[in-house]
Amino acid sequence: MTFWLVLAVNSVTFGGLLFLLSAGFSLIFGLMRIPNLTHGSLFMLGAYIGATFVLGIGGVKLNFWLAAILATLAVAALGALAERLLLRRLPGDQLAQVLVTLGLSFMAADLCLMVWGGDPLNVTTPPELEGFVRYGVLAFPMYRLAIIVIAIIIAIGLWLLLDRTRLGAMIRAGVDDPDMARVVGIRVSQLFTIVFALGAGLAAFAGIIGGPILSVYPGLDQDMLPLALVVVILGGTGSLLGSFVGSIIVGFIYNFGQALLPELAYFVLFLPMLLVLILRPQGLFGRHVP
Amino acid sequence: MNPRQFALGIAFVALVTVPYWMPGIYYVNVASQILFYAIFAVGLNVLVGYAGLVSLGHAGLFGVAAYATGFMLQSGYGHPVSIIVALIVGIASMAVYAVLALRSTGIGFIMITLALGEILWGLAYRWISLTGGDNGISLHTRPEPFGYSLASPSTFYYTTLVVFVLSVAAMAVFVRSPFGAALKGTRDQPRRMNALGYHVWLIRFWACLMSGLLTSVAGILFVYYTQFISPQTLALTSSAEVLLMVISGGAGTLLGPIVGAALVVTVKTVVSGFIERWNFLLGAIFVAIVILMPEGLVPGSTRLWRLAWRQMEQKLKAVPAKDTLGPPP
Repeated sequence: MTFWLVLAVNSVTFGGLLFLLSAGFSLIFGLMRIPNLTHGSLFMLGAYIGATFVLGIGGVKLNFWLAAILATLAVAALGALAERLLLRRLPGDQLAQVLVTLGLSFMAADLCLMVWGGDPLNVTTPPELEGFVRYGVLAFPMYRLAIIVIAIIIAIGLWLLLDRTRLGAMIRAGVDDPDMARVVGIRVSQLFTIVFALGAGLAAFAGIIGGPILSVYPGLDQDMLPLALVVVILGGTGSLLGSFVGSIIVGFIYNFGQALLPELAYFVLFLPMLLVLILRPQGLFGRHVP
Repeated sequence: MNPRQFALGIAFVALVTVPYWMPGIYYVNVASQILFYAIFAVGLNVLVGYAGLVSLGHAGLFGVAAYATGFMLQSGYGHPVSIIVALIVGIASMAVYAVLALRSTGIGFIMITLALGEILWGLAYRWISLTGGDNGISLHTRPEPFGYSLASPSTFYYTTLVVFVLSVAAMAVFVRSPFGAALKGTRDQPRRMNALGYHVWLIRFWACLMSGLLTSVAGILFVYYTQFISPQTLALTSSAEVLLMVISGGAGTLLGPIVGAALVVTVKTVVSGFIERWNFLLGAIFVAIVILMPEGLVPGSTRLWRLAWRQMEQKLKAVPAKDTLGPPP
């Protein structure tokens, strides 16, 4: 019983991280119609930059949360830059855009290896969240519970942003029908930059707060990108609810798969994806087939 | 004999005599690598160039054929059985890919093939009892068809060359065949083709199998060449590398992927002798080619060459025209 409960909490925690990663991926996909293959690299870059700040740069060690915010902003700026300088040059050519993101992801992976080396960096949990929450005989690490809370807060924030603000309405319009949105005077290409920066920032933030759980190592990008892909295929593109439900499902399957069938963990993960592709190609909450 | 046939003839003679004019065994091995990667690229080009379906999971298929060969040999079967089983497994995997990925085209096809390629990579990496995990599978012998040993670099090169020539000839026939024309039709105008009574899905499916066959052949050559297979061969980087060969050479041309394979393998071999940062360079070349020369090197340089030729012709014509003006009064 204890085993299952702990596994369930771990699954929800991982699902929360996946939500932060895939919400941006899904929005970018919904708006720009491309799978952003740099998303894993942005996660890893965020993790590395955050870890560097926490572990100390030039003798100055930053507070975990300050480091998280700084790294998020840095990666969001990088994302905006990549969109402005490279993707912008290939308007409407989705294949070329995907290939550019792929090329960038290789460059980012190799740069990280060059700068931070091959050994994993271990980020310690912030001191205020060390320890356990006890409930009867059960003990849950405080930090994992905190990640769940943070993910829920950000989910609500994103939902408010998309559902209640003018910017959110413009983004939704762009996702539903970019041409029509242009006609009514929404500057869709500006939205591209904003959404790209937002998605990059969210991925980076997920990378940093995931650092104490996953640790930071080369190849982290390749581990996370397929998960984001599966979440979005499951949940449907451009849908926040879809990312949320998809992330929790993938979090559970991945953790339970690793505990019960370690050799086939990766394969088990893709079964629900195949089912969804066969039965409901647009994803659980998606509106159009990619 | 036109210049194109002449150039092809010279290239053929050069290929046949590689072991004689190459300065060493090392270079003969590089030439073998170029040839089997060229088969791989030609196989991917069936989809990318002629069907308009970009796959980012082809390294998975390549690896599956290689693993199947290694696994069968390890289990004690002979070379012919292993090769046939590997071909069947490779094509069957491609059929599964096709059934799942052909539910969509364009970006959807890319995403699904990418995910499937990652599954195969994950299986190779984690299913240790079958694949040996990170340690991979080693092969101890190369086959000896009709007593012709492939153990030395030059005999292996000639075998690869024969398979390569057969593959390219098959592609040349394929492209000119009615089926090739129909495939290009489904790439350019799927709805019209459908209205004309062609079964678009089935045409794409057969194209996938053709691509799977060539990819498996390349995978088997690869595993006999390196005599080792590990999950790294199935990684996304490898899928991207072969896609770069197709795109850099020029998708949808017969020779493009071959030139691309030669280019990528040469750059990779030469560069990795000096620096370790091959992946960075791969990414940078990718971005540069997509942005600057999107049609690929072969069509791109053909275009530049034609442009230069036309300008030269105009200059030649312009010269007598100037003469008729005579000296200024």
